[in-house]
Amino acid sequence: MSPEARGTGALSLAALLGLWAVAALLTGDAMILPAPWELVAPLLQEVRSGELPRHLGATLGRVIAAFLLAMSIGVALGLVMGRSARADRWLDPWLVVFLNLPALVVIVLCYLWIGLTEVAAILAVSLNKIPNVATVLREGARALSPDLDAMARVYAMPARTRLRHVILPQLAPYIAGAARSGVALIWKIVLVVEFLGRSNGIGFQIHMYFQLFDVAMVLVYALSFIAVMLVVEWRILQPWERRVRRWRAA
Amino acid sequence: MAHPATLGAARAALAGGMTEVAIRAKAFGGTPVLGPVAFSIAAGDVLAILGPSGIGKSTLLRIVAGIDRDFEGRVTRPDRLAMVFQEPVLLPWRSALDNLRLVHPGLSQSAARAALDRVGLGDKGAAFPGQLSLGQQRRLALARAFAGRPELLILDEPFVSLDPETAETMLMLTESLIAEARPATLLVTHAEAEAARLATRILRLTGRPATLAEDAAPGQGGADDKGEGHGRA
Ligand SMILES: Nc1ncnc2c1ncn2[C@@H]1O[C@H](COP(=O)(O)OP(=O)(O)OP(=O)(O)O)[C@@H](O)[C@H]1O
Ligand SMILES: [Mg+2]
Repeated sequence: MSPEARGTGALSLAALLGLWAVAALLTGDAMILPAPWELVAPLLQEVRSGELPRHLGATLGRVIAAFLLAMSIGVALGLVMGRSARADRWLDPWLVVFLNLPALVVIVLCYLWIGLTEVAAILAVSLNKIPNVATVLREGARALSPDLDAMARVYAMPARTRLRHVILPQLAPYIAGAARSGVALIWKIVLVVEFLGRSNGIGFQIHMYFQLFDVAMVLVYALSFIAVMLVVEWRILQPWERRVRRWRAA
Repeated sequence: MAHPATLGAARAALAGGMTEVAIRAKAFGGTPVLGPVAFSIAAGDVLAILGPSGIGKSTLLRIVAGIDRDFEGRVTRPDRLAMVFQEPVLLPWRSALDNLRLVHPGLSQSAARAALDRVGLGDKGAAFPGQLSLGQQRRLALARAFAGRPELLILDEPFVSLDPETAETMLMLTESLIAEARPATLLVTHAEAEAARLATRILRLTGRPATLAEDAAPGQGGADDKGEGHGRA
């Protein structure tokens, strides 16, 4: 990202903050909508007591686990469905069912069937995301170049080389797209899962402060995780995308 | 993986490097495209196949190369294949040098550089294919084909849509590379002159479904008189 684009991004975030400040002033009631600066003290208190890092870490761990699980299964499934018309005919109805199953239903059923465990929580989140990743990657697999396929076959390229240097580069934009929308969706569902059946994590804390009607603390926890996700976007996702797109810009 | 197991026995029975093609029929969804087509190419021979657009030349090459397995008949081919496609078909996300080395894992860095030098791309090793002109991409595809020391080389109109000068450069390059490596070569083209220069034998695809006709040439098969064209290389 150019310094100019980065500057625009920062400015746009500042504008959002300004909007919030104005809304808070108009509301005039810190119980309903505290101004941005009124969150600084509770934030520092939570950081110092170690509560915020602990719950943030728990949520982040779940997001990473569910993300890796959903991406690897979704990519594999999408590849198979995109490459084999037969597999696609068999699996497509499943995909439609799971795509239309509300997240809440999956979560509740996982908890009922498996119990209120970490496994059930991560599985429930992954199940919500897998159909989505598979759908995107199926499009990618369908768009794979038959010419490159023929070339790899004629020159008898080894399967691993073919996957890494012929197939994955073609799928990279699809994987990046699925990852980008995936992280956003997954962390929202992780919160619901924590809200309903975990005893730590941001979702658990929000549940608690919701019952205490503590808007400031709800915002502190939600915003601190959003901050983490912005860092992930800027420091990991975007640099990675730039790297795999280098050949296009050249 | 370019060799169906069923061909193993037949291949073993052959002298090294022989390519035998015996197609009975090939159809696309009920529309016959190729009828009986049979020929063989020995190492060092260059067989040119002429024919109008849409007759089935690329279809035939794809069958010989093992890309298309859905046909009646059988094809016996050696182990090391190389093909120059109608389009360059490079990996756009890898450098020119990597385009050679990924396809031929046994190729050393210096051998890959030498192969690029040979086709006049010595200074383009780090460039992505998108940064090369079409003529340069074609030459890279040619370098890739020869870098594997192929026993069977298949060329599908490798010189189309190039300006006459670049086409001539490519043609001379191909001539000398074939003379050095002496693979069995199967060349498809529209251009009679091209065929006459490179080929030791010329066949023509005609009819629908297409079958082979020996080119109208004196003597038996035209292999002798066309030999001069090759000798010039
Ligand atoms: N995948 C396919 N499905 C259906 N028909 C096809 C397919 N590929 C080729 N054909 C048909 O088979 C015939 C032969 O095609 P082919 O590409 O082999 O022609 P060609 O001789 O190589 O022509 P050109 O000189 O223009 O490249 C054409 O009529 C084409 O429409
Ligand atoms: Mg063709």
